[in-house]
Amino acid sequence: MAFDYAPAPESTAIVNIKSSYDLFINGEFTPGGGTPFTTINPATEEVLATISEANQADVNRAVASARRAYDKTWSKLSGADRGKYLFRIARIMQERGRELAVLESLDNGKPIKESRDVDIPIAAAHFFYHAGWADKLEFAGYGSNPQALGVAAQIIPWNFPLLMLAWKVAPALATGNTVVLKPAETTPLTALLFAEICQQADLPPGVVNIITGAGETGRMLVEHPDVNKVAFTGSTEVGKAIQRQVAGTNKRLTLELGGKAANIIFDDAPIDQAIEGIVNGIYFNQGHVCCAGSRLLLQESIAEQTIESLKRRLQTLRLGDPLDKNTDIGAINSREQLNRIIDLTKSGEDEGAERWSPACAIPDKGFWFAPTIFTNVTQAHRIAREEIFGPVLSVLTFRTPDEAVEKANNTQYGLSAGIWTEKGSRILWMANKMRAGVVWANTFNRFDPASPFGGYKESGFGREGGVQGLGAYLNVEDPS
Amino acid sequence: MMNNNDRVEIRKTHKLFIGGAFPRSESGRTFEATNSSGEFLANMAMASRKDARDAVIAARTAFASWSKATAYNRGQVLYRIAEVMQGRAEQFVQDIQNSEGVSIKKATKQVDTAIDRMVWYAGWADKYAQVLGNTNPVAGPFFNFSVPEPTGVVAAVAPDSPSLLGLVSVIAPIVMTGNSVIAIASYKNPVPAITLSECLATSDVIGGNINILTGDPADIMPWLATHADVNALDLTGITSAELITQLESDAAGTVKRVRTAPADPDFYATPTLSRVRAFTEIKTVWHPMGV
Amino acid sequence: MSSLDAQAPATHKGLHAFLAGLPGIDQVGAEARAAALGTRSIKKDSKLWAINTAISMVDLTTLEGADTRGKVKAMCSKALHPDPTDMTTPSVAAVCVYGDLVEAARSVVGDHIHVAAVATAFPSGRASLAVKLLDTAEAVTDGADEIDMVIDRGAFLSGNFSKVFDEIVAVKQACGTAHLKVILETGELKTLDNVRKASWLAMKAGADFIKTSTGKVTPAATLPVTLVMLEAVRDYYQETGTRIGVKAAGGIRTSKDAIKYLVMVNETVGEEWLTPNLFRFGASTLLNDLLLQRQRMLTGHYSGPDYVTID
Repeated sequence: MAFDYAPAPESTAIVNIKSSYDLFINGEFTPGGGTPFTTINPATEEVLATISEANQADVNRAVASARRAYDKTWSKLSGADRGKYLFRIARIMQERGRELAVLESLDNGKPIKESRDVDIPIAAAHFFYHAGWADKLEFAGYGSNPQALGVAAQIIPWNFPLLMLAWKVAPALATGNTVVLKPAETTPLTALLFAEICQQADLPPGVVNIITGAGETGRMLVEHPDVNKVAFTGSTEVGKAIQRQVAGTNKRLTLELGGKAANIIFDDAPIDQAIEGIVNGIYFNQGHVCCAGSRLLLQESIAEQTIESLKRRLQTLRLGDPLDKNTDIGAINSREQLNRIIDLTKSGEDEGAERWSPACAIPDKGFWFAPTIFTNVTQAHRIAREEIFGPVLSVLTFRTPDEAVEKANNTQYGLSAGIWTEKGSRILWMANKMRAGVVWANTFNRFDPASPFGGYKESGFGREGGVQGLGAYLNVEDPS
Repeated sequence: MMNNNDRVEIRKTHKLFIGGAFPRSESGRTFEATNSSGEFLANMAMASRKDARDAVIAARTAFASWSKATAYNRGQVLYRIAEVMQGRAEQFVQDIQNSEGVSIKKATKQVDTAIDRMVWYAGWADKYAQVLGNTNPVAGPFFNFSVPEPTGVVAAVAPDSPSLLGLVSVIAPIVMTGNSVIAIASYKNPVPAITLSECLATSDVIGGNINILTGDPADIMPWLATHADVNALDLTGITSAELITQLESDAAGTVKRVRTAPADPDFYATPTLSRVRAFTEIKTVWHPMGV
Repeated sequence: MSSLDAQAPATHKGLHAFLAGLPGIDQVGAEARAAALGTRSIKKDSKLWAINTAISMVDLTTLEGADTRGKVKAMCSKALHPDPTDMTTPSVAAVCVYGDLVEAARSVVGDHIHVAAVATAFPSGRASLAVKLLDTAEAVTDGADEIDMVIDRGAFLSGNFSKVFDEIVAVKQACGTAHLKVILETGELKTLDNVRKASWLAMKAGADFIKTSTGKVTPAATLPVTLVMLEAVRDYYQETGTRIGVKAAGGIRTSKDAIKYLVMVNETVGEEWLTPNLFRFGASTLLNDLLLQRQRMLTGHYSGPDYVTID
């Protein structure tokens, strides 16, 4: 007798999606001069709204507004007062949490249980955390009187739209900067709702500006001569282009780029929790995670049985309507991304790896990809080197800890790593050797505003969160 | 050069310092180091891209063991460099006077400060992790800590003046934090760098950990800026805005970390920790706390 | 098959080595998994199905010093017909009583449902083996077709695994055809690693069911503990092909809780275990909450305490 879970949809009545949205500049919604575009629900392909595109004039307006707000208002406020605004914003985010979560799932395609339990609460937490730093910067280790940089240009990706906005805006404002932020073109809606929240919090106009658009808008924003700081999270390819763009300009830069993290399972791992860690590592958020554990490194002695257990576990993953509270795997964010995933997984098959997915009913509309495992993968396969950014796990094996270290570090990326073993000394030895900015030992995909996040090598530079993350937005007077 | 008696002097051949040894440039080329009046001081080896390539290999090899040295050990090594420098203080003063044309008083002040700077960084070796690292109070049953780690291999350019103090101010924080460095000495005033190389060769520095090249940064740095096995650039000694722009752009190809110095730097002032931050990566580790 | 089959007394070293070799459990991760399973939203027909299934899995229990024949008989009537206003309500799986009241229970339930007796100096387990075996045998003679025994926690915590093992083997023999549930008393074992070890030990020694608690110690059944037991049962099945049952007892009071357990069973060992033959709830107050929820689902309005019997 099967225990079928009846549909348990979260109601969308709580959100009020307008038919069209303007830009948010200087505390007001104002139409953009570019060509409007649409944002769709990737689970149904239905258009959600029409979005303004910011052209050069709009970018100029936004930066000017941020500059004016910085010069006339924000830089004149005490840290304590800046903190109070941030506390207000944090509170409103909590109050409107359900609304934000539903909107995020509609626009992004991620399961409601993730946006409700992870994205939105941690985003609010980022504002709480940074609110408290605003008047304590002289204790943070950046000298007795660290100054803000001025205007920060911030470009965020589509995988965690509101959370990435929080990671950018909260520290920038806490440290006294003003911002112009461009959300990803496929996921602008929660950023635009955030603009409303800024209004509700009575944030001084111009402190936060949100301009919508695609790559061209982003490029214009980065180019703008009156921007002091650029913060980018997205693909390594675009990150390099931005680094080239700001060369020689004295604009400060932080980058948070791609990854191809190794999740390493030793034969003495707490195996049931390790399986959860693997699943969480690559299937959480449909694998659209820069720090995803996309390479599973299994100790060869337990490889076969672990893969069997993993396959069994994948049978209980539920793929479908992101708004269903029981959905584990939501929609792929865009057709573009889906095509990329399809291409790379095809290359995996062509190169000789063995592909497996649990049986999954795929809805006929929308963009979907069943959770997939590739076994018999070696370092030389594309699926072991390139970031797929989808629910696709590549499984490799190792014999000794040294070999695990070698394979794990043998990549141009260096964002995160996972280590599973019950042996304490080995946890610390492995953690020490991982060339990665975030090491999860006997856990995975944990985030917290107090915990610095960022990569080594081509995964980027600079950290977000913690006391270390403040440094990206502060000007310290160095004598040399 | 004046000698005080009739003895014919043995003049020094100035070579590169790579992998703990003193090779000539593989290009065979040299350039003239002159004093502040333009008079000939010495023939310097003109480092080529192949020398730079060899230096990277030496640096990466040395990094494997240097990055594993304990903080205490690293402090000891830097302190020994200072000891050896102190023993060669007179030579340094002479080098600076000859190169920069400054008074013996100014040269002495520079040498003293350079040695003191090395000692200052030696003292930081087993402490900066306590200032830059910490535990993080995350909202869950996890132990979470952040530690600074060396970024790897750094290519650095020393300023023309102060030639010794600037070179030490560039090298010391890079090495103190467990990195390897390929430092390009001032093109204009390279002679003190040679004496420093000799100090390094007679200290406990692992061969290849510190490499000093003489030559034109405009020639060598683009190769290092695009080199995929170099992790970071220190452009302190580069004053040409155009060259900085080019190198920052080159660095983007492999997402290198780049530090430039402020305009008009004062190397005599006590530094901040920004150089230490620039060449370390923060690694954050999570572990559940359970029974 | 290992040398630890039920016929031979366990060798201390062999059993120790086996139990020590079991994979460890990360408590934080296990608790997170249990909590995540608890966020499944079970509504409408699946909720009704779950409630009916849960009712059919209840071992309706009374284990008080003050129990009398009258009390037991009243409870047994309810066990047969939990909701007199709706005869379509499933009966429970079993009634669970002290050994000396088995006969009273049997006289009401006949052959319709199981009669489980606690035995082996329940709840503490502190008595000689002879006393425990007599306790068991008498309950079986009186008509119990299920025996819920307790393991010797003192022996377990002092590392005397062979003693624990051998006792289970002996009680299983004394059960004859009655099926044996082995109570681990997880609240005293404290760590999830101990729960896993005790689960394997009990299964290897011949348990038909492993059971979380006596209900006399807090905490009794919890989701993480039950998760670990279900994982052990799953792994045992992978290794031997034999399905062992799991009983979560004590502290499960609401339908919401019960449904969480069913979700956990479904997603850990699979739907084959969603039957009273392989999963039970040891409970008393839970039944009424299940009935109230069932009434609400079938009538459309919230029910009240006057609409369920107290016995």
